[in-house]
Amino acid sequence: MSHDLLIQLSIATLLLPLLGFALLIFFGKRLPRQGDWLETGSISISLVFALIVMVQKLTLYPDQTLTLNFTWVDFQNVPGIGPLKIVLGFSVDNLAAIMTAVVALVSTAVHFFSIGYMHDDVRYSRYFAFLGFFSFSMLMIVLADNLFLLYVGWELVGISSYLLIGHWYERKSASDAAIKAFVVNRIGDVGFFIGINILYATFHTFGLKEIFEGIHSGTLPYGSEGWLTAAGVLIFCGAVGKSAQFPLHVWLPDAMEGPTPVSALIHAATMVAAGVYLLARTFPVMTAEALTIIAYVGAITAFISATIAIAQNDIKKVLAYSTISQLGYMVMALGVGAYTAGFFHLVTHAMFKAGLFLGSGSVIYALHQVLHHQGDHQTDAQDIRNMGGLKAKMPVTFWTFLMYTLAISGMPLTSGFLSKDEILAGTLAFNGLTGHVFIPIVGFLVAGLTAFYMFRLVILTFLGEHKDAHRLEHIHESPLVLTVPLIVLAALCFFVFFSFNPFSAASGWVAHAIVRPESVVPVSVAASTAETFEEALHHAHIPAMLMSLLAAGLGIVAAFSVYYWKKISADAVAARLRFVHVFLLNKWGFDDLYNNVVVGGTHVFTAVLRWFDDTIVDGLVNGSGSVTKLTSFVSGRFDAQAVDGLVNLTAYVSGASGLILRKFQTGKVQTYIVFAVMGVMIFYFVFRLF
Amino acid sequence: MDVFLKGFFSWLPNVQLVHFLIVSAILFSLGMYGIVTRKNAILVLMGLELVLNAANINFIAFSRYGGLNLDGQVAAIFVIILAAAEAAIALAIVLNIYHRFQTVNIDEVSNLKE
Repeated sequence: MSHDLLIQLSIATLLLPLLGFALLIFFGKRLPRQGDWLETGSISISLVFALIVMVQKLTLYPDQTLTLNFTWVDFQNVPGIGPLKIVLGFSVDNLAAIMTAVVALVSTAVHFFSIGYMHDDVRYSRYFAFLGFFSFSMLMIVLADNLFLLYVGWELVGISSYLLIGHWYERKSASDAAIKAFVVNRIGDVGFFIGINILYATFHTFGLKEIFEGIHSGTLPYGSEGWLTAAGVLIFCGAVGKSAQFPLHVWLPDAMEGPTPVSALIHAATMVAAGVYLLARTFPVMTAEALTIIAYVGAITAFISATIAIAQNDIKKVLAYSTISQLGYMVMALGVGAYTAGFFHLVTHAMFKAGLFLGSGSVIYALHQVLHHQGDHQTDAQDIRNMGGLKAKMPVTFWTFLMYTLAISGMPLTSGFLSKDEILAGTLAFNGLTGHVFIPIVGFLVAGLTAFYMFRLVILTFLGEHKDAHRLEHIHESPLVLTVPLIVLAALCFFVFFSFNPFSAASGWVAHAIVRPESVVPVSVAASTAETFEEALHHAHIPAMLMSLLAAGLGIVAAFSVYYWKKISADAVAARLRFVHVFLLNKWGFDDLYNNVVVGGTHVFTAVLRWFDDTIVDGLVNGSGSVTKLTSFVSGRFDAQAVDGLVNLTAYVSGASGLILRKFQTGKVQTYIVFAVMGVMIFYFVFRLF
Repeated sequence: MDVFLKGFFSWLPNVQLVHFLIVSAILFSLGMYGIVTRKNAILVLMGLELVLNAANINFIAFSRYGGLNLDGQVAAIFVIILAAAEAAIALAIVLNIYHRFQTVNIDEVSNLKE
């Protein structure tokens, strides 16, 4: 298939969901079935296109980048700024081709799942319209070959996540969560925006390729390496917001207020993946310092959220924190230089995390139906303490869920094992090269914690005893439209789809397609080169694999001994470590901290502004009002006295002179003749003088 | 008498334009005086005739001494005709006034004043 056709297919992939969105938002309610088939159909065609593009790209043009550029605006030479020309375009390299397929795949699964999950929703067609818009925005980020379009897609993802999280906006918590997600994201976006502008100010282009070439040829922003690091860190700020990294991770758990399929979409393929994808895209401009910062932020995020996930009782909250933790992993991987591993984990994570969310959606759906049927509005359908023993009633959901859990815990034969193993090997290699020992320690610790809290979730949800036997009787498996996406995603968690060697991803197609790009930054500030890193990675591979298996195995054993065999009482531990438990339950107090410091600070600030408004601004306004009043009073008096006086005077003078002159009008012809003669005589004497 | 006549006739060739003008001015002034002072409308019209004739004397004098030649005399004839016409109309008006007010005193005929 030709070069042009492939890029055209990619653009069709991008535009089809937008077309669906446009049709649905205008005609959605009038279409049969409210148009769900339209949006689902267009995303399915997108998926087919994306898969074709991916396969063709990876087989026919593995080393080429397919691009399509067009000049958006050309102002020629703008005085004071210089030439101003913005070229936009789309490009498909291996990274984008794989990412497009992943996004389309997860999005399609979510669309099908939503048909079942949302079938009696009040805003059914709007929901599908926004799903399509979300997919479109994410694909735009993926396919953009310049920071400008990337930023546009970035913001569109922000707004569509806002719309979807706040889908049930009648609930205060949902609308609050939507606003929180949007505002927190904006904070990161500001950094990203500044980062883009630093690069634009130097290179006068938004094109990533041109910027890389510019840096490679020795041009640095403002001629300094510090600015380059700053630009990298600021771009990373955008990723911190979108990918929910510490300290901006607080929006993601709240985003669970949206419908569950939306959570799956946000957590797996769109939105949070955007940040990691951005880092992969801009990887070559990152200096060693920027990468170290990125690695540490990722490690801290992974650790904090893994610990929080242990103490949560809401099934979706646990999954939300696990997402943050896994994102921390990916960011950490990119930070340490394990580029392939980071992106690989993004792909595998997209599959199993989408599956986990859809699986939890299936459980919630089933439980909700029963609770609704029984008229029970008190019991929370999302609380894992109300679950248990669902394995017998929901076998498909259970087995697929178990598959995802094994994958996320990094058990052998799963895709998660391959990618996680690579990341951990990368951290070890990083430690070997630079001596940052904190990173691998956190990496292995989090691997153990992940296995622990995920199996805690599985055990509490599906195994053990259900509290209410009567309720359990009525629970039954979800319909096909919900379970088929689960089965498809579970199948994709097997290692064979990514690598034929179950113990190493190095021989898999992802490792071949995704090669770490060479850094373009000056050698003095660059991180270790790809070859050195590759060599260190090679040595670290076997120890990392063994240690990660050990950590995950310990975590699973601990989970079983606490929650299944009840060897150790969880309550006793919680009571013993009361402080720690409360601390974790409160999510390390981030929400309180932000509420008090940021929100409270904003309140204080607005109070000050209000005072300023009330006294100074209002004072000025009132003062100017009084001055105007006084001036108008004075000018009114002036008008009444002076101006009217003049007018009246004129009238009076006219009247008076008229009064005098009328005396001459005697009505006697003879008098007039005398006047005429006298007048003639006066004229005679007057003119004789000259 | 002879001397007087002889003196007069001998002076006659010395009559200049100015003398005619003096006579004309006297006549004009008398006419104007009549117009202004008389109460009777008929007398006022008579004053008017004097003024017109003063003008005639001027025309004739200028035709003789001032180079107007026949033009002056033609103008004088026009004035005479005009005076006749004017007298006819004016007397008709006076008659009408008398019919209306039973008087020809122009001081009492001041209804147009207000």
